[in-house]
Amino acid sequence: MQVVILDYGAGNVRSVQFALERLGIDSVLSNDSETILSADRIIFPGQGEAESAMKKLRQYGLDRLLPELKQPLLGICLGMQLMFDASEEGDTKGLGIIPGQVKRFTQGKIPQVGWNTIEELQGPLFQNIPELSYMYLVHSYYAPLVTETSATSTYGIRYTVAIQKDNFFGVQFHPEKSSKAGQQLLENFIYLDV
Amino acid sequence: MLCKRIIPCLDIKDGRTVKGVNFVNLRDAGDPVLLAKQYAEAGADELVFLDISATEQNRKTLVDLVEKVAQTIDIPFTVGGGISSLEDVHVLLQHGADKVSINSAAVKQPHLIDDLANQFGSQCIVVAIDAKQFDGQWLVHLVGGKVPTELDLFDWAKEVASRGAGEILFTSMDHDGTKNGFANAALKQLSQSMEIPIIASGGAGTISHFTDAFIHGKSDAALAASVFHFGEITIPNLKLELQKNNIPVRL
Repeated sequence: MQVVILDYGAGNVRSVQFALERLGIDSVLSNDSETILSADRIIFPGQGEAESAMKKLRQYGLDRLLPELKQPLLGICLGMQLMFDASEEGDTKGLGIIPGQVKRFTQGKIPQVGWNTIEELQGPLFQNIPELSYMYLVHSYYAPLVTETSATSTYGIRYTVAIQKDNFFGVQFHPEKSSKAGQQLLENFIYLDV
Repeated sequence: MLCKRIIPCLDIKDGRTVKGVNFVNLRDAGDPVLLAKQYAEAGADELVFLDISATEQNRKTLVDLVEKVAQTIDIPFTVGGGISSLEDVHVLLQHGADKVSINSAAVKQPHLIDDLANQFGSQCIVVAIDAKQFDGQWLVHLVGGKVPTELDLFDWAKEVASRGAGEILFTSMDHDGTKNGFANAALKQLSQSMEIPIIASGGAGTISHFTDAFIHGKSDAALAASVFHFGEITIPNLKLELQKNNIPVRL
């Protein structure tokens, strides 16, 4: 099993790598097309501002490569948001894997920081994860409810915290920082039936 | 629903926990990694590591510690103490810290907040503010509360938020160490005038102090050190009590 964590200068890659280590899974950090294409699983972390992250993806040609991948890919936080068509943040054009536009929260403290419950869990990523499990989130922008939504949460409004479309998965929360439920989700992703 | 956060703070010197720590079943109470693991398992929502040695040579020790903590625990943690440059922050994040906390350096060079937020994102930039009341005015203090400034707490809080801080960690020097409760009036004023989350610090002595910091102080999170380290308050008990008071917590 070759797991690649995309290392494009916009994400806390070490935290994800350490979380996989705790599951006994080795991973490599890479932004190289060959390495990514030959991987069995790809994790796409993301932090910071949307447009500058997209800029970095373009530098490595990942904006074209990622939507073409056939292996399971897991976007985390900004990684998930960039899988949408667009984001209000910096008026950014995303990867266009999932239709819809990411928007800024308009109520409550911004960013939302902390542990929130997740609901309406669907699909293989949430196997053995109970409804209303707590996950750790830090974000100012949110993804709308779409047909690809596979989990929701509520922060003033109901919004998408997980998506699935074919081999593409995404979560708004940080599984690598979400204690046992997060660990379970990462394990589910690694051992998906494909 | 978003939960209120409970955050134990560990003071670190030369890579070891300082201040007496009185956990039962802990063979080495001075080992921050072991302590961090214990707190994570007890249900702490985040941890803060405050490096109080902060000399050149000890930074290396701190970075090694950060990496060990990141390898071990599966909840977020913040590292603070002596951070004064983009490079300091880069190294800590690279080794697995989730957030950094800056204090004096932000006052001395406010533009550092903008630079850090632009470079790494607001989500990992916590600005710590220590303040003390003089004639009814809350004045910001530096160097662990020793050096007064002319800055007004509320003005400074607004400025750090507009420069891109993701959270504010407010310590009342008047309450810190007293175990008489948090500075709820100031916390409430901060929390209601700010868009970003406020972490309350200084004054925790009993469980009801935490309840008050959330209900009256409107805080988003509460931080404490000695009440947790000496086992005066355990995190599971604290959270059950908070829940009884209809405060959303992660159980």
